[in-house]
Amino acid sequence: MGAIGAGIAALGAGVGIGLIGGHAMDAIARQPEAIGDIRSNMILTAALVEGAALFGIVVGLLASLG
Amino acid sequence: MVNLETTYKEVVLSTMNRVFLTSIFLLIFSLLNTAIWASDSDDAKDGKKEEYDPVGTVVEHIADANEFHIWKGVHMPLPCILYAPGSGWTFFMTNKLDHGHTAVDRYVLNHGRVNRIADDSFPMGEVHIEGVEHVEEHHTDENGEEVIEEVAYAVYHDQKYKLEHASKWDGGVLGGGVTSFYDFSITKVVFTMLLAAVLLCWVFFLVARGYKRNDGKAPKGIQSFIEPIFIFMRDEVTIPMIGEKHYERFQPFIMTLFFFILFCNLLGLIPFFPGSANVTGNIAITLVLAVFTFIVTNINGNKHYWEHIFWMPGIPAWVKLILTPVEVLSLIIKPFSLMIRLFANISAGHIIILSFVGLIFLFGNMGENFGGATIGVLLGGVFTAFMNLIELLVAFIQAFVFAILSASYIGAAVEDAHHGDEAHAH
Repeated sequence: MGAIGAGIAALGAGVGIGLIGGHAMDAIARQPEAIGDIRSNMILTAALVEGAALFGIVVGLLASLG
Repeated sequence: MVNLETTYKEVVLSTMNRVFLTSIFLLIFSLLNTAIWASDSDDAKDGKKEEYDPVGTVVEHIADANEFHIWKGVHMPLPCILYAPGSGWTFFMTNKLDHGHTAVDRYVLNHGRVNRIADDSFPMGEVHIEGVEHVEEHHTDENGEEVIEEVAYAVYHDQKYKLEHASKWDGGVLGGGVTSFYDFSITKVVFTMLLAAVLLCWVFFLVARGYKRNDGKAPKGIQSFIEPIFIFMRDEVTIPMIGEKHYERFQPFIMTLFFFILFCNLLGLIPFFPGSANVTGNIAITLVLAVFTFIVTNINGNKHYWEHIFWMPGIPAWVKLILTPVEVLSLIIKPFSLMIRLFANISAGHIIILSFVGLIFLFGNMGENFGGATIGVLLGGVFTAFMNLIELLVAFIQAFVFAILSASYIGAAVEDAHHGDEAHAH
Protein backbone atom coordinates (compact mmCIF):
# COMPACT_ATOMS: atom_id res chain seq x y z
CA MET A 1 0.00 0.00 0.00
CA GLY A 2 2.86 2.35 0.80
CA ALA A 3 4.22 1.88 -2.72
CA ILE A 4 0.83 2.73 -4.27
CA GLY A 5 0.60 5.84 -2.10
CA ALA A 6 4.09 6.97 -3.12
CA GLY A 7 3.17 6.42 -6.77
CA ILE A 8 0.02 8.53 -6.49
CA ALA A 9 1.98 11.28 -4.69
CA ALA A 10 4.57 11.31 -7.49
CA LEU A 11 1.72 11.49 -10.04
CA GLY A 12 0.27 14.61 -8.39
CA ALA A 13 3.66 16.30 -8.21
CA GLY A 14 4.33 15.40 -11.85
CA VAL A 15 1.11 17.12 -12.99
CA GLY A 16 1.82 20.15 -10.79
CA ILE A 17 5.44 20.62 -11.83
CA GLY A 18 4.49 19.99 -15.47
CA LEU A 19 1.94 22.82 -15.32
CA ILE A 20 4.49 25.13 -13.68
CA GLY A 21 7.17 24.28 -16.25
CA GLY A 22 4.77 24.64 -19.18
CA HIS A 23 3.47 28.02 -18.07
CA ALA A 24 7.00 29.20 -17.31
CA MET A 25 8.00 28.28 -20.89
CA ASP A 26 4.98 30.22 -22.18
CA ALA A 27 5.98 33.20 -20.06
CA ILE A 28 9.59 33.06 -21.27
CA ALA A 29 8.44 32.85 -24.89
CA ARG A 30 6.28 35.93 -24.35
CA GLN A 31 8.90 37.90 -22.43
CA PRO A 32 12.40 36.52 -22.99
CA GLU A 33 13.95 39.48 -21.13
CA ALA A 34 12.31 38.35 -17.86
CA ILE A 35 13.93 34.89 -17.97
CA GLY A 36 15.87 35.36 -14.72
CA ASP A 37 12.84 36.31 -12.62
CA ILE A 38 10.69 33.61 -14.19
CA ARG A 39 13.30 30.92 -13.62
CA SER A 40 13.81 31.60 -9.91
CA ASN A 41 10.05 31.86 -9.32
CA MET A 42 9.55 28.63 -11.27
CA ILE A 43 12.05 26.75 -9.08
CA LEU A 44 10.48 28.22 -5.92
CA THR A 45 6.95 27.19 -6.92
CA ALA A 46 8.10 23.76 -8.09
CA ALA A 47 9.76 23.27 -4.70
CA LEU A 48 6.50 24.13 -2.93
CA VAL A 49 4.51 21.67 -5.06
CA GLU A 50 7.18 19.02 -4.56
CA GLY A 51 7.00 19.60 -0.79
CA ALA A 52 3.34 18.56 -0.78
CA ALA A 53 4.15 15.43 -2.80
CA LEU A 54 7.05 14.55 -0.50
CA PHE A 55 4.72 14.55 2.50
CA GLY A 56 2.86 11.78 0.70
CA ILE A 57 6.06 9.94 -0.12
CA VAL A 58 7.37 10.12 3.46
CA VAL A 59 4.07 8.80 4.81
CA GLY A 60 4.23 6.01 2.21
CA LEU A 61 7.79 5.23 3.29
CA LEU A 62 6.84 5.09 6.96
CA ALA A 63 3.84 2.90 6.15
CA SER A 64 5.92 0.36 4.25
CA LEU A 65 8.99 0.35 6.54
CA GLY A 66 7.40 0.72 9.98
CA MET B 1 34.15 32.17 -45.09
CA VAL B 2 35.84 28.79 -45.50
CA ASN B 3 38.05 29.65 -42.57
CA LEU B 4 35.02 30.37 -40.41
CA GLU B 5 33.41 27.08 -41.39
CA THR B 6 36.47 25.03 -40.41
CA THR B 7 36.68 26.81 -37.06
CA TYR B 8 33.01 26.05 -36.51
CA LYS B 9 33.59 22.39 -37.40
CA GLU B 10 36.56 22.23 -35.04
CA VAL B 11 34.52 23.68 -32.21
CA VAL B 12 31.70 21.19 -32.79
CA LEU B 13 34.15 18.30 -32.97
CA SER B 14 36.01 19.28 -29.84
CA THR B 15 32.70 19.78 -28.00
CA MET B 16 31.54 16.34 -29.10
CA ASN B 17 34.86 14.93 -28.01
CA ARG B 18 34.47 16.47 -24.59
CA VAL B 19 30.89 15.24 -24.21
CA PHE B 20 31.99 11.74 -25.20
CA LEU B 21 34.93 11.74 -22.77
CA THR B 22 32.73 13.07 -19.98
CA SER B 23 30.15 10.34 -20.52
CA ILE B 24 32.85 7.65 -20.52
CA PHE B 25 34.26 9.08 -17.30
CA LEU B 26 30.81 9.17 -15.69
CA LEU B 27 30.08 5.60 -16.71
CA ILE B 28 33.40 4.38 -15.27
CA PHE B 29 32.82 6.38 -12.10
CA SER B 30 29.34 4.96 -11.64
CA LEU B 31 30.51 1.39 -12.32
CA LEU B 32 33.15 2.00 -9.65
CA ASN B 33 30.34 3.29 -7.43
CA THR B 34 28.36 0.17 -8.12
CA ALA B 35 31.31 -2.05 -7.30
CA ILE B 36 31.90 -0.24 -4.03
CA TRP B 37 28.27 -0.32 -2.95
CA ALA B 38 28.22 -3.93 -4.00
CA SER B 39 31.21 -4.99 -1.90
CA ASP B 40 29.62 -3.01 0.91
CA SER B 41 26.40 -4.96 0.99
CA ASP B 42 28.26 -8.19 0.33
CA ASP B 43 30.15 -7.65 3.56
CA ALA B 44 27.01 -7.00 5.57
CA LYS B 45 26.01 -10.62 5.09
CA ASP B 46 29.01 -12.03 6.99
CA GLY B 47 29.62 -14.61 4.27
CA LYS B 48 26.38 -16.40 5.06
CA LYS B 49 24.27 -17.47 2.10
CA GLU B 50 20.86 -16.02 2.66
CA GLU B 51 18.05 -14.43 0.73
CA TYR B 52 18.89 -10.93 -0.45
CA ASP B 53 16.84 -8.44 1.52
CA PRO B 54 16.60 -5.29 -0.65
CA VAL B 55 14.65 -3.16 1.84
CA GLY B 56 16.89 -4.06 4.78
CA THR B 57 20.08 -3.33 2.83
CA VAL B 58 18.79 0.03 1.60
CA VAL B 59 17.62 1.10 5.06
CA GLU B 60 20.94 0.03 6.60
CA HIS B 61 22.81 2.20 4.08
CA ILE B 62 20.76 5.35 4.53
CA ALA B 63 20.61 5.04 8.32
CA ASP B 64 23.12 6.43 10.77
CA ALA B 65 25.77 4.16 12.37
CA ASN B 66 28.14 4.27 15.33
CA GLU B 67 31.14 3.18 13.27
CA PHE B 68 32.34 4.15 9.82
CA HIS B 69 32.47 1.24 7.40
CA ILE B 70 35.37 1.82 4.99
CA TRP B 71 36.11 -1.36 3.07
CA LYS B 72 35.31 -5.06 3.61
CA GLY B 73 36.29 -5.66 7.23
CA VAL B 74 37.88 -2.24 7.77
CA HIS B 75 35.95 0.08 10.06
CA MET B 76 36.85 3.44 11.43
CA PRO B 77 36.04 3.51 15.16
CA LEU B 78 34.11 6.54 16.34
CA PRO B 79 33.78 7.86 19.90
CA CYS B 80 30.70 6.87 21.87
CA ILE B 81 29.32 9.25 24.47
CA LEU B 82 26.43 7.54 26.21
CA TYR B 83 24.35 8.40 29.23
CA ALA B 84 21.87 6.12 30.92
CA PRO B 85 19.86 7.35 33.93
CA GLY B 86 21.00 5.23 36.87
CA SER B 87 24.33 4.03 35.48
CA GLY B 88 25.77 7.41 34.44
CA TRP B 89 28.09 8.38 31.61
CA THR B 90 30.09 5.95 29.49
CA PHE B 91 32.84 6.92 27.06
CA PHE B 92 34.67 4.56 24.69
CA MET B 93 35.64 4.05 21.07
CA THR B 94 33.44 1.65 19.08
CA ASN B 95 36.33 -0.73 18.30
CA LYS B 96 36.17 -1.69 22.01
CA LEU B 97 32.79 -3.30 21.30
CA ASP B 98 34.47 -5.69 18.84
CA HIS B 99 31.47 -5.86 16.43
CA GLY B 100 29.08 -7.30 18.94
CA HIS B 101 31.52 -9.60 20.78
CA THR B 102 32.15 -7.35 23.78
CA ALA B 103 29.69 -5.53 25.99
CA VAL B 104 30.76 -2.35 27.77
CA ASP B 105 28.48 -1.21 30.60
CA ARG B 106 25.64 -3.25 28.99
CA TYR B 107 26.15 -1.54 25.61
CA VAL B 108 26.68 -3.79 22.57
CA LEU B 109 27.02 -3.14 18.85
CA ASN B 110 24.14 -4.48 16.78
CA HIS B 111 24.07 -3.80 12.99
CA GLY B 112 26.49 -0.90 13.46
CA ARG B 113 24.35 0.76 16.11
CA VAL B 114 24.94 0.85 19.87
CA ASN B 115 22.11 -0.95 21.67
CA ARG B 116 21.65 -1.49 25.38
CA ILE B 117 20.85 -4.64 27.29
CA ALA B 118 17.83 -3.70 29.36
CA ASP B 119 18.33 -6.59 31.81
CA ASP B 120 19.69 -5.42 35.19
CA SER B 121 21.25 -8.83 35.96
CA PHE B 122 23.79 -8.41 33.15
CA PRO B 123 27.20 -7.40 34.59
CA MET B 124 28.51 -3.85 34.12
CA GLY B 125 31.98 -3.08 32.79
CA GLU B 126 33.79 -4.79 29.93
CA VAL B 127 32.40 -8.30 29.33
CA HIS B 128 33.11 -10.74 26.52
CA ILE B 129 29.92 -12.09 24.94
CA GLU B 130 29.45 -14.88 22.42
CA GLY B 131 27.62 -12.63 20.00
CA VAL B 132 24.35 -11.03 19.07
CA GLU B 133 21.57 -13.34 17.91
CA HIS B 134 18.55 -12.25 15.89
CA VAL B 135 15.29 -14.12 16.44
CA GLU B 136 11.94 -13.59 14.78
CA GLU B 137 9.24 -13.67 17.41
CA HIS B 138 5.57 -14.14 16.66
CA HIS B 139 3.01 -12.68 18.95
CA THR B 140 -0.45 -11.15 18.74
CA ASP B 141 -1.08 -7.46 19.22
CA GLU B 142 -4.10 -5.82 20.90
CA ASN B 143 -6.21 -6.16 17.73
CA GLY B 144 -5.69 -9.93 17.69
CA GLU B 145 -3.48 -9.76 14.59
CA GLU B 146 -0.26 -11.71 14.49
CA VAL B 147 2.86 -9.58 14.19
CA ILE B 148 6.42 -10.73 13.52
CA GLU B 149 9.04 -8.82 15.45
CA GLU B 150 12.77 -9.17 15.03
CA VAL B 151 14.33 -9.26 18.47
CA ALA B 152 18.07 -9.22 19.14
CA TYR B 153 19.62 -11.13 22.04
CA ALA B 154 23.11 -10.88 23.46
CA VAL B 155 24.41 -14.39 24.22
CA TYR B 156 26.51 -14.51 27.41
CA HIS B 157 27.46 -17.75 29.23
CA ASP B 158 24.79 -19.61 27.19
CA GLN B 159 22.16 -17.26 28.48
CA LYS B 160 20.18 -14.85 26.33
CA TYR B 161 19.75 -11.23 27.34
CA LYS B 162 17.24 -9.23 25.35
CA LEU B 163 18.58 -6.10 23.64
CA GLU B 164 16.38 -3.14 24.12
CA HIS B 165 14.71 -2.52 20.79
CA ALA B 166 14.57 1.05 19.62
CA SER B 167 10.99 2.11 19.07
CA LYS B 168 9.85 2.27 15.47
CA TRP B 169 8.00 5.60 15.61
CA ASP B 170 10.48 6.91 13.04
CA GLY B 171 9.85 3.94 10.75
CA GLY B 172 13.41 2.77 11.34
CA VAL B 173 14.68 5.51 9.01
CA LEU B 174 16.83 7.11 11.67
CA GLY B 175 17.95 3.80 13.14
CA GLY B 176 17.27 5.29 16.56
CA GLY B 177 13.92 5.89 18.14
CA VAL B 178 13.22 6.18 21.85
CA THR B 179 15.59 4.23 24.11
CA SER B 180 16.43 4.09 27.82
CA PHE B 181 19.77 5.81 27.21
CA TYR B 182 20.88 9.07 25.61
CA ASP B 183 23.26 8.72 22.69
CA PHE B 184 25.51 11.77 22.27
CA SER B 185 28.02 9.80 20.19
CA ILE B 186 29.98 11.16 17.25
CA THR B 187 28.19 8.90 14.77
CA LYS B 188 28.90 8.53 11.05
CA VAL B 189 26.55 11.38 10.21
CA VAL B 190 27.96 13.68 12.90
CA PHE B 191 31.49 12.88 11.72
CA THR B 192 30.66 13.83 8.12
CA MET B 193 28.82 16.94 9.29
CA LEU B 194 31.91 18.06 11.22
CA LEU B 195 34.02 17.27 8.15
CA ALA B 196 31.73 19.50 6.06
CA ALA B 197 32.12 22.25 8.67
CA VAL B 198 35.92 21.95 8.57
CA LEU B 199 35.88 22.04 4.75
CA LEU B 200 33.64 25.12 4.82
CA CYS B 201 35.98 26.90 7.25
CA TRP B 202 39.00 26.00 5.13
CA VAL B 203 37.42 27.20 1.85
CA PHE B 204 36.04 30.42 3.29
CA PHE B 205 39.18 31.37 5.22
CA LEU B 206 41.06 30.94 1.92
CA VAL B 207 38.52 33.15 0.15
CA ALA B 208 38.59 35.75 2.92
CA ARG B 209 42.39 35.84 2.79
CA GLY B 210 42.12 36.24 -1.00
CA TYR B 211 40.08 39.41 -0.53
CA LYS B 212 42.74 40.86 1.75
CA ARG B 213 45.61 39.90 -0.53
CA ASN B 214 43.98 40.83 -3.86
CA ASP B 215 42.35 44.00 -2.54
CA GLY B 216 41.45 46.13 -5.56
CA LYS B 217 42.59 43.40 -7.97
CA ALA B 218 40.75 40.65 -9.83
CA PRO B 219 39.83 37.56 -7.72
CA LYS B 220 42.19 34.59 -7.90
CA GLY B 221 41.92 30.82 -7.43
CA ILE B 222 39.01 29.48 -5.40
CA GLN B 223 37.94 33.05 -4.74
CA SER B 224 36.80 33.41 -8.36
CA PHE B 225 34.68 30.26 -7.96
CA ILE B 226 32.91 31.38 -4.79
CA GLU B 227 32.38 35.03 -5.72
CA PRO B 228 29.85 34.45 -8.55
CA ILE B 229 27.84 32.16 -6.25
CA PHE B 230 27.79 34.86 -3.58
CA ILE B 231 26.82 37.57 -6.08
CA PHE B 232 24.11 35.31 -7.54
CA MET B 233 22.67 34.50 -4.11
CA ARG B 234 22.72 38.20 -3.18
CA ASP B 235 21.13 39.48 -6.39
CA GLU B 236 18.66 36.65 -7.02
CA VAL B 237 17.77 35.52 -3.51
CA THR B 238 18.37 37.87 -0.62
CA ILE B 239 17.75 41.28 -2.26
CA PRO B 240 14.47 40.34 -4.01
CA MET B 241 13.20 38.26 -1.08
CA ILE B 242 14.29 40.32 1.95
CA GLY B 243 14.62 43.77 0.38
CA GLU B 244 17.42 46.30 -0.09
CA LYS B 245 17.06 47.67 3.44
CA HIS B 246 17.42 44.50 5.52
CA TYR B 247 19.20 41.95 3.33
CA GLU B 248 22.72 42.61 4.66
CA ARG B 249 21.77 41.43 8.15
CA PHE B 250 20.58 38.04 6.87
CA GLN B 251 23.05 37.41 4.04
CA PRO B 252 25.51 35.48 6.32
CA PHE B 253 22.73 33.23 7.67
CA ILE B 254 21.31 32.44 4.22
CA MET B 255 24.78 31.78 2.77
CA THR B 256 25.69 29.52 5.72
CA LEU B 257 22.53 27.50 5.18
CA PHE B 258 23.21 27.27 1.45
CA PHE B 259 26.85 26.21 1.66
CA PHE B 260 26.39 23.86 4.62
CA ILE B 261 23.55 22.00 2.88
CA LEU B 262 25.44 22.00 -0.43
CA PHE B 263 28.63 20.57 1.12
CA CYS B 264 26.70 17.92 3.05
CA ASN B 265 24.74 16.96 -0.09
CA LEU B 266 27.91 16.66 -2.17
CA LEU B 267 29.72 14.65 0.54
CA GLY B 268 26.71 12.33 0.63
CA LEU B 269 27.14 11.64 -3.09
CA ILE B 270 30.71 10.36 -2.69
CA PRO B 271 30.24 6.60 -2.33
CA PHE B 272 33.41 5.88 -0.32
CA PHE B 273 34.99 6.73 3.01
CA PRO B 274 34.99 10.44 3.82
CA GLY B 275 31.59 10.83 2.19
CA SER B 276 28.76 8.32 1.95
CA ALA B 277 27.02 9.37 5.18
CA ASN B 278 23.46 10.47 4.60
CA VAL B 279 23.74 13.82 6.41
CA THR B 280 20.97 15.94 4.86
CA GLY B 281 18.87 12.79 4.48
CA ASN B 282 18.75 12.53 8.27
CA ILE B 283 15.58 14.10 9.61
CA ALA B 284 17.26 15.19 12.86
CA ILE B 285 19.70 17.40 10.94
CA THR B 286 17.08 18.94 8.66
CA LEU B 287 14.94 19.51 11.76
CA VAL B 288 17.71 21.55 13.39
CA LEU B 289 18.26 23.57 10.18
CA ALA B 290 14.52 24.27 9.93
CA VAL B 291 14.39 25.29 13.62
CA PHE B 292 17.20 27.81 12.97
CA THR B 293 15.10 29.37 10.20
CA PHE B 294 12.03 29.33 12.48
CA ILE B 295 13.91 31.13 15.28
CA VAL B 296 15.57 33.69 13.00
CA THR B 297 12.24 34.44 11.28
CA ASN B 298 10.20 34.91 14.45
CA ILE B 299 12.83 36.79 16.45
CA ASN B 300 13.04 39.34 13.65
CA GLY B 301 9.29 39.50 13.04
CA ASN B 302 8.07 43.09 13.30
CA LYS B 303 4.72 44.41 14.53
CA HIS B 304 3.34 44.32 11.00
CA TYR B 305 4.19 40.59 10.67
CA TRP B 306 2.54 39.58 13.95
CA GLU B 307 -0.48 41.73 13.16
CA HIS B 308 -0.95 39.84 9.89
CA ILE B 309 -0.82 36.55 11.76
CA PHE B 310 -3.11 37.27 14.71
CA TRP B 311 -5.46 39.96 13.36
CA MET B 312 -5.21 40.31 9.59
CA PRO B 313 -6.18 43.91 8.75
CA GLY B 314 -8.73 44.78 6.09
CA ILE B 315 -11.01 41.74 6.25
CA PRO B 316 -14.35 41.09 8.04
CA ALA B 317 -14.14 39.89 11.64
CA TRP B 318 -15.72 36.47 11.03
CA VAL B 319 -13.08 35.69 8.38
CA LYS B 320 -10.41 36.62 10.92
CA LEU B 321 -11.72 33.88 13.20
CA ILE B 322 -10.98 31.34 10.47
CA LEU B 323 -7.81 32.95 9.21
CA THR B 324 -6.01 33.39 12.54
CA PRO B 325 -5.77 29.64 13.36
CA VAL B 326 -4.61 28.96 9.81
CA GLU B 327 -1.93 31.66 10.04
CA VAL B 328 -0.77 30.41 13.46
CA LEU B 329 -0.54 26.86 12.10
CA SER B 330 1.43 28.11 9.10
CA LEU B 331 4.10 29.36 11.53
CA ILE B 332 4.85 25.70 12.28
CA ILE B 333 4.03 24.24 8.87
CA LYS B 334 6.59 26.43 7.06
CA PRO B 335 9.68 25.09 8.89
CA PHE B 336 8.10 21.62 8.97
CA SER B 337 7.87 21.55 5.17
CA LEU B 338 11.48 22.81 4.94
CA MET B 339 12.52 19.87 7.11
CA ILE B 340 10.54 17.25 5.17
CA ARG B 341 11.50 18.60 1.73
CA LEU B 342 15.26 18.35 2.24
CA PHE B 343 15.08 15.04 4.13
CA ALA B 344 12.78 13.35 1.60
CA ASN B 345 14.60 14.61 -1.49
CA ILE B 346 18.02 13.42 -0.38
CA SER B 347 16.78 10.15 1.13
CA ALA B 348 14.67 9.36 -1.94
CA GLY B 349 17.68 9.90 -4.22
CA HIS B 350 19.83 7.58 -2.10
CA ILE B 351 17.08 4.95 -1.98
CA ILE B 352 16.74 4.98 -5.79
CA ILE B 353 20.51 4.63 -6.35
CA LEU B 354 20.73 1.82 -3.79
CA SER B 355 17.76 0.07 -5.41
CA PHE B 356 19.48 0.15 -8.81
CA VAL B 357 22.61 -1.31 -7.25
CA GLY B 358 20.39 -3.88 -5.55
CA LEU B 359 19.35 -5.09 -9.03
CA ILE B 360 22.75 -6.80 -9.27
CA PHE B 361 21.98 -8.97 -6.25
CA LEU B 362 18.39 -9.60 -7.27
CA PHE B 363 19.35 -10.63 -10.82
CA GLY B 364 22.54 -12.38 -9.72
CA ASN B 365 20.77 -14.32 -6.96
CA MET B 366 23.41 -13.21 -4.38
CA GLY B 367 26.42 -14.13 -6.52
CA GLU B 368 25.17 -17.55 -7.66
CA ASN B 369 24.06 -16.44 -11.11
CA PHE B 370 26.99 -14.76 -12.86
CA GLY B 371 25.09 -13.88 -16.07
CA GLY B 372 22.29 -12.24 -14.14
CA ALA B 373 24.80 -10.26 -12.10
CA THR B 374 26.48 -9.03 -15.31
CA ILE B 375 23.14 -7.81 -16.68
CA GLY B 376 22.52 -6.20 -13.29
CA VAL B 377 25.90 -4.44 -13.34
CA LEU B 378 25.34 -3.06 -16.86
CA LEU B 379 21.74 -2.02 -16.21
CA GLY B 380 22.42 -0.79 -12.67
CA GLY B 381 25.59 1.02 -13.79
CA VAL B 382 23.81 2.99 -16.52
CA PHE B 383 20.86 3.85 -14.29
CA THR B 384 23.18 4.77 -11.43
CA ALA B 385 25.15 7.09 -13.74
CA PHE B 386 21.90 8.77 -14.74
CA MET B 387 20.68 9.03 -11.13
CA ASN B 388 24.04 10.39 -9.98
CA LEU B 389 23.73 13.23 -12.50
CA ILE B 390 20.20 14.00 -11.29
CA GLU B 391 21.41 13.81 -7.69
CA LEU B 392 24.17 16.30 -8.48
CA LEU B 393 21.50 18.67 -9.80
CA VAL B 394 19.28 17.99 -6.78
CA ALA B 395 22.20 18.68 -4.40
CA PHE B 396 22.42 22.24 -5.77
CA ILE B 397 18.68 22.78 -6.22
CA GLN B 398 17.79 21.66 -2.69
CA ALA B 399 20.48 23.85 -1.12
CA PHE B 400 19.18 26.74 -3.23
CA VAL B 401 15.53 26.02 -2.40
CA PHE B 402 16.22 25.82 1.34
CA ALA B 403 18.05 29.16 1.15
CA ILE B 404 15.45 30.92 -1.02
CA LEU B 405 12.50 29.70 1.08
CA SER B 406 14.25 30.71 4.31
CA ALA B 407 14.92 34.12 2.74
CA SER B 408 11.29 34.50 1.72
CA TYR B 409 10.05 33.61 5.24
CA ILE B 410 12.49 36.08 6.76
CA GLY B 411 11.50 38.63 4.12
CA ALA B 412 7.83 38.32 5.11
CA ALA B 413 8.81 38.86 8.76
CA VAL B 414 10.88 42.03 8.26
CA GLU B 415 8.82 43.63 5.49
CA ASP B 416 8.01 47.28 6.17
CA ALA B 417 4.41 48.21 6.94
CA HIS B 418 3.80 50.55 4.00
CA HIS B 419 4.23 47.73 1.45
CA GLY B 420 1.34 45.88 3.03
CA ASP B 421 -0.89 48.97 3.15
CA GLU B 422 -0.40 49.55 -0.56
CA ALA B 423 -1.43 45.99 -1.25
CA HIS B 424 -4.61 46.32 0.82
CA ALA B 425 -5.53 49.76 -0.49
CA HIS B 426 -7.32 48.61 -3.63
